[in-house]
Amino acid sequence: MKTQTPLNFVIVGHVDHGKSTLIGRLLYDTNSLAPDKLAEVKKISEAHGRDTEFAFLLDHLEEERKQGITIDTTQVFFKTEKRRYVIIDAPGHVEFVKNMITGASQAEAAVLIVDAVEGVKEQTKRHSYMLSMLGLNQIIVVINKMDLVEFSQERFDKVRNDIQEFLDSINIKPNHYIPISGIKGDNIANRSGNMDWYNGLTFMQSLDELKNNPANIEKDLILPVQDVYKVDDKRINVGRIEAGKIKAGDAIKILPSNQETAIKSIEKFLENTDEALSGECIGFTTQDSVFLDRGDIICRSGAEPVVTDRFRANMFWMSRKPFSQDEKLIIRCATQEIRCKIEVIEKRINSSSLELLEENADKLENLEVGEVVIKTKKPIAIKKFSQVQELGRFVMILNENIVAGGIITELD
Amino acid sequence: MSRSLDHLDKLENQSIFIIREAYSQFRNIALLWSIGKDSTTLMWLVRKAFFGKIPFPILHIDTTYKFKEIYDFRDKYAKEWGLNLIVARNEDAVANGMGPDKSKFECCNQLKTIALKQAIAREKFKALLLGIRRDEHGIRAKERVFSPRDEDFEWDYKDQPPELWDQYKTKATEEEHLRVHPLLGWIEVDIWDYVKRENIPIPELYFAKNGKRFRSIGCECCCGPVESDADTIDKIVQELKTTQISERSGRAQDKEDDYMMQKLRSLGYM
Ligand SMILES: Nc1nc2c(ncn2[C@@H]2O[C@H](COP(=O)(O)OP(=O)(O)O)[C@@H](O)[C@H]2O)c(=O)[nH]1
Ligand SMILES: [Mg+2]
Repeated sequence: MKTQTPLNFVIVGHVDHGKSTLIGRLLYDTNSLAPDKLAEVKKISEAHGRDTEFAFLLDHLEEERKQGITIDTTQVFFKTEKRRYVIIDAPGHVEFVKNMITGASQAEAAVLIVDAVEGVKEQTKRHSYMLSMLGLNQIIVVINKMDLVEFSQERFDKVRNDIQEFLDSINIKPNHYIPISGIKGDNIANRSGNMDWYNGLTFMQSLDELKNNPANIEKDLILPVQDVYKVDDKRINVGRIEAGKIKAGDAIKILPSNQETAIKSIEKFLENTDEALSGECIGFTTQDSVFLDRGDIICRSGAEPVVTDRFRANMFWMSRKPFSQDEKLIIRCATQEIRCKIEVIEKRINSSSLELLEENADKLENLEVGEVVIKTKKPIAIKKFSQVQELGRFVMILNENIVAGGIITELD
Repeated sequence: MSRSLDHLDKLENQSIFIIREAYSQFRNIALLWSIGKDSTTLMWLVRKAFFGKIPFPILHIDTTYKFKEIYDFRDKYAKEWGLNLIVARNEDAVANGMGPDKSKFECCNQLKTIALKQAIAREKFKALLLGIRRDEHGIRAKERVFSPRDEDFEWDYKDQPPELWDQYKTKATEEEHLRVHPLLGWIEVDIWDYVKRENIPIPELYFAKNGKRFRSIGCECCCGPVESDADTIDKIVQELKTTQISERSGRAQDKEDDYMMQKLRSLGYM
């Protein structure tokens, strides 16, 4: 029997709203905890003078446990009767937003947690906004700590309306809003006896409804060249197919040089294959002796990505050192890596309040989003993020570090 | 035609992508091979990534306390797979009689971490491929795929670089090196399913003999066997599906002190 692909989801929300606790509860209720792990957590909770803190199952760093916060993103595995899951826990503190983004960028779905007492807070909004930037569109909202508001429907409705209003403004349509208590277990695996007014799904049922990201097989071919190896006098180009499929004999076009040739062979170690699909890392040779290099994009004539040196994007700055517009950056999109500058920062936006801070700005500060025009030094092959994510998203490098992420909104 | 990639195919492809990314960025890299099931699986993936001709060395950190089966296995497959094998030891510490009877923490630190430091300095490696997985230990679950270490080998777990959309921190300054973790997203059962599917050879120690087997192998003195009758991969997978005991429960360095693993890792331990 083949193992199913697990579903990856991230839990986001403001600090202390109960992310780590909810995960601990899920692991506990699904019997995914080894007794020795549970015993260890009990022991450590006692040593920190607390009742059993499920959060310690994930918050493993000494500093995390002492301070009772999550610093970095982590992943844990569990399964229900229906399937396997990977849960990505993300820190809720403003200082660790880049860790939250690291976690969320690996997810296919997101759970947004809101404390029923505190309601919508700064990171609730910022995290939601980041989810929309990352293109996540399967979202479950859980309103947590219902035990602290006497399981009140009125309170639930109020918090639900607040968050819904914000999510509407950024075009997020959640699958469900669920009242829960992570600590007590209400509406997690089992239906709560304390909230008869709620008829919707339990949290676990809502998870079992989520879908894996579809493979990009039906889209037009995109194969970025990752490297070129010489194996026994044979030049083998390698890369991962990001969209579409390919087989020996197929006519191809190479960007940005616009050369055309055909695939001679698909190469895989110890395998005889002449066809490969989106998601596969392959080697290939070409019929004509063209010299490929990392960053070349293989596609089909007539179905090419756009090759340009200027485009519009939403860029999220995540470095403590603010960006000043005269700095040169390096853009990385798939395997392409090109020098560039930010020609215009049309808008500077607060990523939590969505407030417009400045038009035609000359800087971006940590955690701000810019609507920008990017000018690359050499042509780059791209798509809009809404068309093909793999060629529509990028990171920016400054002094060898990733300092920003972004999505392409308009091609020039 | 309705071929599609299953779970193991996806894991395999993701790992090969990461391996090729590491080589593409640095060239001067090595695979750290402990000869256990994970790093042997990683070796298998590396062989696939480079069509059977691995263009960089394989590094084995030899504490001198490994099981005899491990040494035999290493030498057999180093030959069969045509590996460029580098065996590294902290010769001074070995000569001075360092062992787990002194202090487990010091022993791991001297015979593994320091030996690795010496090897990296000698060979000037810019990146190392390691077979660690997130589900092995809570601390490892916090790792990045490309994880920088400074000149003192320290892991700055409080300020890790962002990593999104398969874009990694792939440049290291002069003093730094990167730990690259192609198996981070695999879990223990995935490894066994893959070992079975691919027929990857692994040391006999993993299979039950006289009612005991090892779930995790390393130094003979610090690895305890678990009770088990699983003498085939199928039985091992079956056992993992029902067991309540975690994988590294036989490992001394995870137990001594709640944060021993974190302390060892922040000093450069794998
Ligand atoms: N009363 C109550 N407390 C909760 C609930 N969920 C979490 N908490 C508490 O809220 C605090 C923060 O929880 P934690 O899971 O660390 O939040 P995180 O920062 O979002 O990961 C902890 O003290 C938890 O015990 C809940 O459903 N009810
Ligand atoms: Mg937390």
